Amino acid sequence: MTTDTLIGQEVTRVEDQALITGRGQYVDDLRLPGLLHLALVRSPYGHAKINRIDVSAAANAPGVVSVFTGADLAEQLGSLPAGWVLIPEQTGGEPMATPDHPPLAIEKVRYVGDAVAAVVASSPAAASDAVALVDVDYEPLPAVTDAEQATMEGAPEIHEGVANNKSFDWTVAAGDYDAAAAEADVVVKERIVNQRLIPNPMEPRGIMADYNAGTEQLTIWTSTQIPHLVRLLFALVTGHPEHKVRVIAPDVGGGFGCKLYLYAEEVIVGIIAKQLEKPVKWIESRTENYVATTHGRDHIADAEICGTSDGIVTGLKVHVYANLGGYLSTFAPAIPTILFGLMLGGCYKFENLSCTVAGVFTNTTPVDAYRGAGRPEATYVVERMMERYAHEIGRDVIGVRRRNFIRPFRRGHDMPIGVTYDSGNYQGALGAALDMFDYQAFRQEQRDARREGKLLGVGFSTYIEICGMAPSAVAGALGAGAGLWESSTVRVHPTGTVTVFTGTSPHGQGHETTLAQITSSRLGIPMENVEVVHGDTERHQFGTGTFGSRSLAVGGEALMMSLDKVIEKAKEIAAHEMGVDAKQVVFENGTFYVEDIQEREIPWGDVALGAYWAKNLPDGLEPGLEAVSFFDPQNFTWPFGTHIAVVEIDEMTGETSLVRYVAIDDVGNVINPMIVDGMVHGGIAQGAGQALQEAAVYSDDGQLLTGSMMDYAVPTAEDMPSFETGRTVTPTIVNSLGAKGAGETGTIAASPAIVNAAVDALKHLGVTHLNMPLSAEKMWRTIQDAKEARRARRSAAARRGN
Amino acid sequence: MNVEVTITVNGTAHRLSVPPRTLLSTLLRDELDLTGTHVGCDTSSCGACTVLVDGDATKSCTMFAAQADGSSVTTVEGLASNGELHPIQEAFREKHGLQCGFCTPGMMITAVQILERNPSPSEAEIRSGLRGNLCRCTGYHNIVAAVQHAAANSGGD
Amino acid sequence: MTTGTTDPFAYHAPTTVREASQALSRYRGDAKLLAGGHSLIPMMKLRIASPQAIVDLRNVEGLRGITENDDGSITIGAMTTYYELITSDVINSKACAIAEAASEVADTQVRNWGTIGGSLAHADPAGDLPAVAVALGMEINSASARSSRSIASDRFFRGYLETALRPNEVLTGVTVPAQDEGSGCAYVKLANKASHYAIVGVAASVTVDGGGVCTAARIGITGAGPHAVRSRRAERILVGKELTENVIDRAAQRGGAELAGMFNDDVHASAEYREAMTQVYTARAVTRAAACAMG
Repeated sequence: MTTDTLIGQEVTRVEDQALITGRGQYVDDLRLPGLLHLALVRSPYGHAKINRIDVSAAANAPGVVSVFTGADLAEQLGSLPAGWVLIPEQTGGEPMATPDHPPLAIEKVRYVGDAVAAVVASSPAAASDAVALVDVDYEPLPAVTDAEQATMEGAPEIHEGVANNKSFDWTVAAGDYDAAAAEADVVVKERIVNQRLIPNPMEPRGIMADYNAGTEQLTIWTSTQIPHLVRLLFALVTGHPEHKVRVIAPDVGGGFGCKLYLYAEEVIVGIIAKQLEKPVKWIESRTENYVATTHGRDHIADAEICGTSDGIVTGLKVHVYANLGGYLSTFAPAIPTILFGLMLGGCYKFENLSCTVAGVFTNTTPVDAYRGAGRPEATYVVERMMERYAHEIGRDVIGVRRRNFIRPFRRGHDMPIGVTYDSGNYQGALGAALDMFDYQAFRQEQRDARREGKLLGVGFSTYIEICGMAPSAVAGALGAGAGLWESSTVRVHPTGTVTVFTGTSPHGQGHETTLAQITSSRLGIPMENVEVVHGDTERHQFGTGTFGSRSLAVGGEALMMSLDKVIEKAKEIAAHEMGVDAKQVVFENGTFYVEDIQEREIPWGDVALGAYWAKNLPDGLEPGLEAVSFFDPQNFTWPFGTHIAVVEIDEMTGETSLVRYVAIDDVGNVINPMIVDGMVHGGIAQGAGQALQEAAVYSDDGQLLTGSMMDYAVPTAEDMPSFETGRTVTPTIVNSLGAKGAGETGTIAASPAIVNAAVDALKHLGVTHLNMPLSAEKMWRTIQDAKEARRARRSAAARRGN
Repeated sequence: MNVEVTITVNGTAHRLSVPPRTLLSTLLRDELDLTGTHVGCDTSSCGACTVLVDGDATKSCTMFAAQADGSSVTTVEGLASNGELHPIQEAFREKHGLQCGFCTPGMMITAVQILERNPSPSEAEIRSGLRGNLCRCTGYHNIVAAVQHAAANSGGD
Repeated sequence: MTTGTTDPFAYHAPTTVREASQALSRYRGDAKLLAGGHSLIPMMKLRIASPQAIVDLRNVEGLRGITENDDGSITIGAMTTYYELITSDVINSKACAIAEAASEVADTQVRNWGTIGGSLAHADPAGDLPAVAVALGMEINSASARSSRSIASDRFFRGYLETALRPNEVLTGVTVPAQDEGSGCAYVKLANKASHYAIVGVAASVTVDGGGVCTAARIGITGAGPHAVRSRRAERILVGKELTENVIDRAAQRGGAELAGMFNDDVHASAEYREAMTQVYTARAVTRAAACAMG
């Protein structure tokens, strides 16, 4: 047995026993004596002035305890914060517009779902009944939902004084794109729409708050990815002291980015519980979730790629209208800028890049991170444009990629845009994927199928992404309002069992297992002797949370640091016991010993006990065995890989299905391959969902037309094939684990691979681009139009021939 | 006026008086404190609330408790017996068929129904059978593997 | 915003059709019959429907089951579930389009509770069973406290969520007429990926004689328009001809011609697409039905 025994092993999860037996504890499962229930009155209008709110009928309804409007609570509720304010150096010197975001709207509502009043009652049903009795006199205003249209002259003004509804115009560039385009043999332009998505974690949000007026302690249970940041932001917004707020994330039923903010409801429920001095709970219904929880994506990108006629790309230019929705959500400004613009170099050598992003307010639900957050949008532009370019010059998409790949590197590669990739081998991943997918055989199959009236296509995505969020100084310099380090505590108990506290906050990622595997391997103790604690601001010092595929790359390294510290101290204790110098002591497999002195061995448990018994400690050494660490990496991590999709299209109906999917991901070293594969699968399904069937659609006046699961097509088991996954391993140099992060790769890679496949299937008809989702009707129409155009071309040619 | 509901849940008989609009899911969660049955939507779409009613997989959020009067209900809490996990529970753990766990109770109950009706389903039959249960974490890959694993372990092939 | 709670209502669970009908009369149109509940309850939870009373049919005698009659017709009780239809030998051997449609409905759980009577009485424009009822020429049986009657399926669906049932009538079941020798039927569907309802669903029933000539045809279309319709214009092209690909294609071009100007147009599909798909799916349904007929 080596000390690494569990690293890299497919250990089944310690989380599962509770979850498979119905003993999970999600917010809605929690009960408190005297619990009251809160429901929100929400705007049915996309944009309207609030003339008057009459709560009297609701206040007198059976079971109702209290009704609050924004005006009632204006002082206590404050304004929700902008957690990332882009720096003027990148916004043309103009400060970013950060208009107020009152948790309960007071003068105006700015999207359907904007909350205007809160009803508190003795039961969920009574609260829900009384919502209908709150009489709000709205004066509807013209609305705008499309980001491009919102910037045009004459568009409705959503926030007073925000010209053209633009929060910012953000710019980043490298080299000289215009010069490159002027010299290029080929310039290809395309408008690429990355449609709006609804994240749909299976557990909608939920919040419960309890206030002790005696101690002034406010406890908030919330379905969040960031309990510590919720506490900090709650304190800043409400003025309730941070040390008197405890935030607990119990079991959280998925997040995918949409539980990564301070939400209006967290402030509302917390403040009302404090006001009433009673426990209060709010559980979001799914229909409510569709309008009240952040959406993702929603980019309109005008892209241009240029290069030589023999396959060397020389530049990329992108302008984006990024829809921010009705207000700025906590991290919204960073998603279409930092996490998008800095990724537009892809894994390619071209040096000229120009990116401008207009962040635009519209009368829609706020948009913020959704799995991948900026990188899927960037990867979609890059990988779509690479294939678009390859088609334009008549070359194979694989050859063109190979020609433009950055060469393999292990210790950093500086990109023209100013970021440094950690390690990469893009050819390696592509090669591994092609080993699993017989490309030549597919092309033959495709030709044969076409003769039988069946349309098959293959698409590639050789992606790279930025994750392991990450250097606080870099993020801070770019406008982040919070550090992005991570922390851990390792507490060794006198019997040698261990509690690990982490600032990460898992919601399905299996940290309790992965971090226990690391701890068990490092300390040589069984996994069942390790408990991992997370998601409670009272049990663990400040931490940053789980998002941006950072938990292992940053949180895991913070754990390694604490384990190292604990081992160092334990060695001192063991050395003292053995009468040797600590430098001579080796720790392996849970045993301290000295090389060549076999009889002098001390097991881990004895040292742990010794640390607390303290009867024989070295002079000056404190009793106890516990370590705290904060890890702030020097760089982000940059996973990459190659995904290959095959789609089949029914020529008569346009129905498009994903029939094969091959994924090679390089996420560096892997602690638990089973867990990593699982995240890749889920990520692919979300990317495939976007490519094939998901879309949040608004009417022009701001009604969400896809406002329920009956209208918004979350993929089912029937919509997905089984996935063929594999890995190459190029460890990162950013942390000692060599781990890069694996939570988002699938989502980032999948949508371009699938759309590229659909374009490939229709290439012979002259189709060069398709916007997502690839709905049956869109595909049918594309095929009809393409055939019509081909007929027209042929008859024109025939006429010329005459 | 309340309705009287006599119902056996996981082998225990209960007699309750509830308002007619009480959903079966609400009765299980709020009256009987069986919170393993989750509510993930309000349109009968997600399947997180699935339980067995007289052996039939049922979206308990789409049934009034009064409709279940006289029925025998099995929830996720009743899958294991005598401290032994049900084969489907074992399979979900073994094959990593869950991540956040929210859809899992309903997913397993539907899987139990699929296997009860067809002990050796094909992959396509499993996928089609699970169409009424949404999962956002797993991409269904390992859920399908778990159902196949449970089928193999229960003597199907 | 609601929290998935319905408005309050009174609950009745009568044991006879007569009592059920009387309850409907008592509430003067503000009571709803509850069968499987899988259309009604979601609407109530979103408070789109808020009836004063629910009349649950689950205890009513004689509304469940599939019976093959001496004349070859089949009687299906209103409370017969989709799952019972899918697994019925009689249905699969004599009227397989019913089983095909039932197996396309929603999902495993919904099929355990959803009923044929509920589907037809609710008359969702995108429901699956209405198309089959039309194509198989079902008689819809109904009763009130005083009388009972049968309604021909092609006169049953009147508009969006609207049927020929009177306010105090209970749909008690359907009768599927005996299918002639040489008959075949099928149901095919382009499904909405979110709801699994039909964007377009087509049921076809054809009869061919020994020489392969089509002697009778009925086509029912759902999803495409405000309610399920019979496509007589397509049927007419089939009758009297051999069902070659060419003939079927010509008939399919008339598939849904009755809906001209009335095709549904929404976020899921445009009217133009629904019209085109009605034709494609008419061809597919007839092709399968013909293959089955010539077995």
